[in-house]
Amino acid sequence: MKTNDVMLQTVTKVVTFIILMFAVHIFFAGHYTPGGGFVGGLLTASAIVLLMLAFGIQTVKKIVPVNYVVMTSVGLLLAIATAAASILFDVPFFTHAYDYFDLPLFGKTSLHSAMLFDAGVYLVVVGVTMTIIQTIGEDE
Amino acid sequence: MSNLLLFPIIIPLIMATILMLFPNKIKMQRLFALLGALATLTSSLFLLFKVYNDGIQVVTLGSWPAPFGISMVSDLFSALLVVTTSLIVLFVVLYSFPTIGIKREQSFYYPAVLFLLTGVNGAFTTGDIFNLFVFVEVLLMASYTLIVHGGERQQLRESIKYLLVNIISSALFVVAVALLYSVTGTLNMADLAIKIPQIENTGILTVIAVLFLVVFGFKAAIFPLYFWLPASYHAPPMPILALFGALLTKVGVYAIMRTYTLFFTMNVGFTHELLAIIAILTILAGCVGALAYFDVKKIIIYNIIIAVGVILFGVSQLNEAGVQGSILYLIHDMMIKAVLFFLVGIVAVIFGTSNLRKMGGLMKTYPVLGWTYLVAAFGLAGIPPLSGFPGKLLIVQGGFEGPQFWGSIVILATSLIVLLSAVRIFIYAFWGEPVETKPLKKSAYQAMLIPSMILVAITVFFGVGAELFMPFVSGAAEVLLNPTLYIEAVFKE
Repeated sequence: MKTNDVMLQTVTKVVTFIILMFAVHIFFAGHYTPGGGFVGGLLTASAIVLLMLAFGIQTVKKIVPVNYVVMTSVGLLLAIATAAASILFDVPFFTHAYDYFDLPLFGKTSLHSAMLFDAGVYLVVVGVTMTIIQTIGEDE
Repeated sequence: MSNLLLFPIIIPLIMATILMLFPNKIKMQRLFALLGALATLTSSLFLLFKVYNDGIQVVTLGSWPAPFGISMVSDLFSALLVVTTSLIVLFVVLYSFPTIGIKREQSFYYPAVLFLLTGVNGAFTTGDIFNLFVFVEVLLMASYTLIVHGGERQQLRESIKYLLVNIISSALFVVAVALLYSVTGTLNMADLAIKIPQIENTGILTVIAVLFLVVFGFKAAIFPLYFWLPASYHAPPMPILALFGALLTKVGVYAIMRTYTLFFTMNVGFTHELLAIIAILTILAGCVGALAYFDVKKIIIYNIIIAVGVILFGVSQLNEAGVQGSILYLIHDMMIKAVLFFLVGIVAVIFGTSNLRKMGGLMKTYPVLGWTYLVAAFGLAGIPPLSGFPGKLLIVQGGFEGPQFWGSIVILATSLIVLLSAVRIFIYAFWGEPVETKPLKKSAYQAMLIPSMILVAITVFFGVGAELFMPFVSGAAEVLLNPTLYIEAVFKE
């Protein structure tokens, strides 16, 4: 089926980047305010799905040549490693560490190991969502 | 090493994650799966001796104080089950090499097995009822993957039922947890054990206790909630069936044992009598099924249900002999079910069918297999000195000491039916006129038989040397019968 989706494609080209930027914002907002890896991951996945709707799965595969299963695995490893790092310091599992740093440009910033864990969650969510959608989408 | 009790959960999780990176390299998959199972077993053995020497191990995640953070608690009971689980998964992995097939090995079979191990070990270790729900979901997710793995027609049909039943029971689980939280204001099991006796209105708590019995009953396959089990378990290939039969229902049994000894003890006259009656009905229903079918898989599957009834009857008596017997029998049953499925699997491969009527005369061609099966079957029925005997003896003794002595009589009588159902496989498959068999490579046969024989040897040792294990079992029973030990361990920091 050949449809004319110039409008969708044009809008998508702009909107995708807005969604991705928002995803990054939501991701970093996490921990102290609502947000985090899970929602950020879902938003990112939705941006990629929008691309797929507009340009087709094959095109998107060419633009974003990522193996999502590997992505899930890497995310899981990152999350587990962050939580398991506490074993090295002999404190209970999942104990996080944080401190405040003076960074150029950002000023006084709080760096928290929960961010690494959330990055893992982010990768897992994107990976799993995209694996599911690709599997269903390819099933003609 | 305050985190030692988490190792049997984290190691398979990390291994499974690593295995996801290279699904097509079969040799690496096998190697890492084996390493993962071995490392898990080693760490769980360390844990068992640590708990035995130093008492209950507790870690509350994230350094939060006890009732607020998620507590992971490893007492002797949970440590024993974690060791048994890790042992069985190790043998299932070994048995999978020759049986599961390359196609399945390439599509995330071993990661799913290890994720299942993570979930089961987690469910046995957690000290928080909501976290129990989470770990049950982890193992269910893995089991969904495994039951549909390979996508055969029968598997697809049965996995829909399996999914539906488990989603409904999981939804009920959340509802029950929410109700419990609204009444007590806590989900930490040790904290529940403190708060529940302080609540005077036991009516609502009894309702919640029965609701939890329904929830866990779905997983443990008690009467009348076992209806989904025989058909669903019949579908997947043998190693997966062994894994499910040995481990999955036992998580439900463990959850009932834990909750019904630790905190749902406010109205024992009602809840535990109900549990005893249901346990006996479960045994009877299982017996009917075990005798009715001529399918080797089905016969052993119905024996799972019988064993669940026997174990739960022991717990419902709430006395020392009953609870000790239940723990012994639970460990025995996990191992013997795995090994019976292994052996029956070999028989089914040799004949190319699981229908008993089309079998016969294996004793002449495969004598070692026959004798191994006979030992396992006698162990299942609890013929002394094999592994089913000490557990059943204690359960029966507990029943005679407790209020439901008639239950013990039923258990004694049904032992004969269990024996009959298991020996029937022996009579039909190994005696009689030889039937044409499928050619089986000697190396494949040995690769299947050797892990089974080692596991049979372990069950024999577990039965003959029961005296050696008794300190562990009585220690485990002591914690179950004295919730204060559990509470003090969690709140000591």
